[in-house]
Amino acid sequence: MMFLQVVLTGVLVGSVYSLVAVGLTLVWGLMDIINFAHGDMMMISMYTVFWLYTLLKFDPFVSLPISAGITALLGIVIYKLVIKRVVNAPGLMALLATFGLSLFIRNFAQFLWTPNYRFVGESILSGKRILIADIVIGLPQLIAALGSILMTLLIALFIKRTKTGKAIQATAQSRDIAELMGVNTEKVYAVTFALSGICVGVAGTLLSGIFPVYPEAGAMYGLLAFVIVALGGFGNIWGAFYAGILIGLTEALGGFYLGTQFKYALAFLIYLLVLQFRPKGLFGW
Amino acid sequence: MKNRMLYLIFAIILILPFVLQDVNFQHITIMFLIFAGLGEGWNIITGFTGQTSFGHAAFFGIGAYTSTIMFYKFGISPWIGMILGALFAAGISAVVSYPCFRLKGHYFAIATLAVAEIIKQLFVSWDYVEGATGISIPVKPDSFWMMQFHKSKIPYFLIAYVLFIVATLVAVAVEKNKMGYYLKAIRESHEAAEALGINTTRYKLYAMMISSAVTAVFGTLYAQYILYIDPFMVFGLDISMKIVLLTVLGGLGSVYGPIIGAAILIPLSEYTRVFLGGTGKGIDLMIYGALIVIVACFEPRGVLGLFRRTKKRGAQYAKTTA
Repeated sequence: MMFLQVVLTGVLVGSVYSLVAVGLTLVWGLMDIINFAHGDMMMISMYTVFWLYTLLKFDPFVSLPISAGITALLGIVIYKLVIKRVVNAPGLMALLATFGLSLFIRNFAQFLWTPNYRFVGESILSGKRILIADIVIGLPQLIAALGSILMTLLIALFIKRTKTGKAIQATAQSRDIAELMGVNTEKVYAVTFALSGICVGVAGTLLSGIFPVYPEAGAMYGLLAFVIVALGGFGNIWGAFYAGILIGLTEALGGFYLGTQFKYALAFLIYLLVLQFRPKGLFGW
Repeated sequence: MKNRMLYLIFAIILILPFVLQDVNFQHITIMFLIFAGLGEGWNIITGFTGQTSFGHAAFFGIGAYTSTIMFYKFGISPWIGMILGALFAAGISAVVSYPCFRLKGHYFAIATLAVAEIIKQLFVSWDYVEGATGISIPVKPDSFWMMQFHKSKIPYFLIAYVLFIVATLVAVAVEKNKMGYYLKAIRESHEAAEALGINTTRYKLYAMMISSAVTAVFGTLYAQYILYIDPFMVFGLDISMKIVLLTVLGGLGSVYGPIIGAAILIPLSEYTRVFLGGTGKGIDLMIYGALIVIVACFEPRGVLGLFRRTKKRGAQYAKTTA
């Protein structure tokens, strides 16, 4: 029973990891840019939820569209102001830019809102739980997981079915040829950054009821997202999804059986092990 | 011709702390030398060989911890610890990188990041090395053998200076040697290098071992200079990224790159910290981050690229920007 409980916890956490990683893999697969500010965009969404709750008494689920909208906007602004200028730069210059951006956003948050931990108090779900046999499922966690899975599904459908989505796929395959076919690649890049922002916006909102809100809140998620994206294969949405679940499971099982201090080390170890057999990620070739 | 420029830079650096006898400035020159040296080491594996490492903090930390543990537990001189730390880091890097060298591009970069994070987590929960609490190095009277100086920063400066020159000359030697050509061939095209009969794994391994040994040496010096280490400080992503940032900023794959990058980034981060860091509100890091973004946006070729471009302005200018 305990085993099932741990597995379930792992899957629930993993689904949220997946959503954060899906946002990262979109940008990474399309532009070959490592966005170090990804986790910090999520932190901004958590603060949005916190302030809407504190000042206007909005329930986190009511502020979901607002916070997702704000991070989408943030994504576009980041693209227009910074990424656009470095997307064709040689070497690791784009990485330098996003790392600087991450430092800036994180410390700007600290400047405005202090490094203190803050909590979103009451939400319609807080404290509620479901009992099936001996297994306890917190309702906020369950909704966070289901919401993440739904969002991943929507993003995947958007990329696969809509015209814009097809333009994104075409640009990822070859920017020059996509441009020759009349695709406005500038717009495609901006849309992708907005989508990436929506992913972290939703993930941040769903997590804000469960975890404390502070300037470094997104850091660990950003770091894990790198590993998850690589584990799933760059640019592969479902790869990122399954890899996220795998990392969540590893963390939960490893944390339970070996001690919580080793849970992140194990997540990184899984990456190294899997890559020995699949050098381009679980679903990449 | 090229090397004369390098000797000129060495000479200028040597006079700096004697001309401006301000303790704060001397501290910055020491940090500059440490990070320029780290950049030179990192450049060997990433700049020359094209294998991006985001995990050099692992070797930095191994260097810092090896000498510190030996001094703290057994009273052995940090100089011996420094040599052992370098050998140890080279050994560990060989064991860890060998399986990772099958990975290409970003897959390799993320793997190095993962290795550094795993090592950090292990040190955090390892009681023998005091875990997350870290180790304060016991203060001893000024002595060259124990690498501790409390009266003046000049001895630290001289040690850092010598080590920095050694690191730079190692990078020059690697670059000018046959090995340097092999490494650059691997960077330009892995397949072509292999087709020409270069044992790519072996040379990548050599480059990684030299690079990590250089990194570990500066780890020891850093520990002796700060006199306190903990896993987050020496194994953290911040250290790895700082090395990456300053080299990329200066110019990747050039011996001058890390020197220029460190000369810009280290004073910037130290001075913003001194002048604005006291508020505890993160303004210093905010400005530091914003400046990095601005430099990256407006000079995407690195500062060295700016020099090169101004040099061949004119007809060639149009060609390079096209």
